[in-house]
Amino acid sequence: MPSAAIEMENLTKDYPFGFLHLKKKRSLEGLTLSVDDGEVFGFLGPNGAGKSTTIKLLMRLIFPDAGSARILGRPIDDVEMHRDIGYLPEQPYFYDYLTAGELLDYFARFFDFSAGERRERVQRMLKKVGLETAGKIQLRKYSKGMLQRVGLAQAILHDPKVVILDEPMSGLDPLGRREVRDIILELKREGRTILFSTHILSDAEMLCDRVGVIVGGKLRGVGAPQDIIGVKAHGMEILFEVAPDKAASLPFAAQATRTGDRYRVRVEEENLYASLDQLRAAGAKILSVTQMKASLEEFFMNLVAADRAQAAAVEVSGK
Amino acid sequence: MSRAAIVAWNTFREAVRDRVLYNLVFFALVMIAAAILVGEISLQIEDVVIVTLGLSAISVIGLLMAVFIGVGLVSKEMDKRTLYALLAKPLRRWEFLLGKFTGLLLTLTVNMSAMAAGLFVALLYVKHTLVRSDAVVLVAVYFILLKLALVVALALLFSCYTTPLLAILFTAGLYVAGLFVGAMRNVQSDLMAPALKTFLGWLSYVLPNFSNFDVMSSAAHGRAIPGMLALQNTAYAVLYCGIVLAAAAAIFSRRNLK
Amino acid sequence: MNAVGTRSLALCAVFVVGFAGVWRLQQRIDVRLASLHQEEDDLVLRSGPMLKMISMEHAPLMADLYWTRIVQYYGDKRMRHDPNLDLLWPLLDVTTTLDPNLLPPYRFGSTFLAEPPPRGANRPDLAVELLNRGIRANPDAWRLYEDLGFVYYFNLHDTTKAGAAFLEGSRNPKALIWMKILAAKVAEQGETPETSVFLWNEIYNSATNDDVKQNALTHLRLLKAQADCNALDALIAEYTKRTGHTPTDLRELVRAGILLQVPVDPLGYPYELNTRGQAEMDPTSPLSKDQPAYQKPL
Repeated sequence: MPSAAIEMENLTKDYPFGFLHLKKKRSLEGLTLSVDDGEVFGFLGPNGAGKSTTIKLLMRLIFPDAGSARILGRPIDDVEMHRDIGYLPEQPYFYDYLTAGELLDYFARFFDFSAGERRERVQRMLKKVGLETAGKIQLRKYSKGMLQRVGLAQAILHDPKVVILDEPMSGLDPLGRREVRDIILELKREGRTILFSTHILSDAEMLCDRVGVIVGGKLRGVGAPQDIIGVKAHGMEILFEVAPDKAASLPFAAQATRTGDRYRVRVEEENLYASLDQLRAAGAKILSVTQMKASLEEFFMNLVAADRAQAAAVEVSGK
Repeated sequence: MSRAAIVAWNTFREAVRDRVLYNLVFFALVMIAAAILVGEISLQIEDVVIVTLGLSAISVIGLLMAVFIGVGLVSKEMDKRTLYALLAKPLRRWEFLLGKFTGLLLTLTVNMSAMAAGLFVALLYVKHTLVRSDAVVLVAVYFILLKLALVVALALLFSCYTTPLLAILFTAGLYVAGLFVGAMRNVQSDLMAPALKTFLGWLSYVLPNFSNFDVMSSAAHGRAIPGMLALQNTAYAVLYCGIVLAAAAAIFSRRNLK
Repeated sequence: MNAVGTRSLALCAVFVVGFAGVWRLQQRIDVRLASLHQEEDDLVLRSGPMLKMISMEHAPLMADLYWTRIVQYYGDKRMRHDPNLDLLWPLLDVTTTLDPNLLPPYRFGSTFLAEPPPRGANRPDLAVELLNRGIRANPDAWRLYEDLGFVYYFNLHDTTKAGAAFLEGSRNPKALIWMKILAAKVAEQGETPETSVFLWNEIYNSATNDDVKQNALTHLRLLKAQADCNALDALIAEYTKRTGHTPTDLRELVRAGILLQVPVDPLGYPYELNTRGQAEMDPTSPLSKDQPAYQKPL
């Protein structure tokens, strides 16, 4: 039985608002969840669902109104435990008068590295996130993507066993996102536990062993990405180019959508190879074959809509 | 504890790279130069004028730094969220506060020294030689530094639980109140209810007494300041800062960050 | 006790111990500073016009601060029984230059600049200068004429100028009627006890500053004591005429039925006879200690 790297029990957080802070908004309710050692866990949910709140609770930036949590078996208020965890905040911002190298060096000082080891680590990290040439430029000149990378670097600089990332892909261009994905996968290969939050479903699908869906402050489901959706991918999409006269000869031509010489068609998975043979016979050029996105989007939307409907019903009934 | 030192060093580095600080110090030096001019007008007391105006300038500039930077120490980190990544390190919140406090204090010490050096240069220019009794000016500058330490501690305390603007107002207000503490204690009027007088008496001890550190007249006339007073004022500053920082640490430790 | 509880307790302990220490230290510092500041009266910037220039639009505020300082300065000196009031004029000079329309300094100054030591700086000439400045800046403030007349009357013994000042002040329609009456009386009769009593009473009733009020009260008491002594002297003469010998003790007058009991001064101390057979105050009475300061030079 794998041990739990992160355990959360009944985490609840209220935010006071309004005049004299008398009203409370419950932003997280009764979250009970555990993340196993060495697993990549994704927090999935729309904005404001409570993902960041949960992570901030874990990092002791805010305090729970109920419930408790443990990381690596130690209570979260144990500051020494922070030696073994790394954290990337949402939309990170760092001291803009420092260079990336100086920032990493500063953070590294809180761990017991020798001066030489510190230097070596900083260099290694800069290289790992692709900032080795920018290491001496002040952070105020960095783009958002570069800041995100610095953020990652400072999170993993000290070889933490658990890495917690809050929206690590936000604000990145596709190249940046790919690089972050690669780093996460590498971390996983190194046996670390990774918890990250995102509202981009495809990232979760691609990286996570398990996901937890949070909507409206409540955990709606936990499991492997395919499992919790309950709907498997259906069909494959083929993108191809073919001469117009040959196109007509294809049996699935009618269902294809056409843009100039390009055609896009969906076929059932069991018919994939047969379709490909037909295309080959027609002399078509295959551009891509993609698994149709499962209705993860739909599952998501349904949850959100159900939530809203429930809230509206409550209002109407006056309770 | 040494983790606080790491934070302190970084705070100091931040201040050094902040150009505003240089402008302030430059302004203070300009004031001192102006004092020379003013001194030329009032014959025979140029040195007195230089010391008085110079110390006043140092005090005012120092206060501005202490209040504005002091309030910013915590609020800037909270606003800009630079604090988030920092607190994820094995660093306790009170160590963070202590480091910030020490860092700013270090900055102020360096700046005060620079300005004091400027003051001595001006004094040398006017008097052509310096005598031992002029060392009193150094003690006066040290007292200003003690005063600023108290102000920084207060600024830190207020910025831990209220907005930057209010923190500035409270700190400035408390400073002004602290100047009149002596008057509060010796309220002479027979027109006041005895209960109110007692309350004011108590209040006068609780509030920070900034007039303790005012030795400008002595400094201006080269009169020695008793070493015992320096010791007592140092102890007062240390004790009072300790109280304020403890309170700040208590508040900050339970504060939910945005 | 849980973690929060111990922490709160520790914090309370810090506060209690801390403030106790602060309190003790503060007392020691106060003592040391008091001895330091005693040598240290100084007003470095004596130039009113220059200060006014520096303060720009804050001049009235500066005047208020200086005024506070004057009151503190005076109170401090009185508390320490320090008769050196050298800084009073420069402070008043600066304050009234910064804000010529601030009235309390003029009234305060007129009293304590003119009075002899230890109560005042013994500079009635400066008091006159101050008041004239005040009158120029505030022509409508008729009380300043009253103060001016008073300084001439009481401290400079120039009843002509005193009468002139009262007269000038009485021209203001807001002035109280007695100014005119007094102008005439002073011009006619010069300095009399009734006039003095009246004027001091006026000051006592109209003053807002505690020190000025207290000063006027003391004067009134002294005048009363003086009047009492004069009355007693008359009775002593009566006794001497009746019995043929001068009394050695006022109790003799009581026994002779001339007095009901030995009268007391306004502070409750009984009057006595001095070696020359005249009535005077008990030397232990605080009032008699004030007397030399207030007595006009013969």
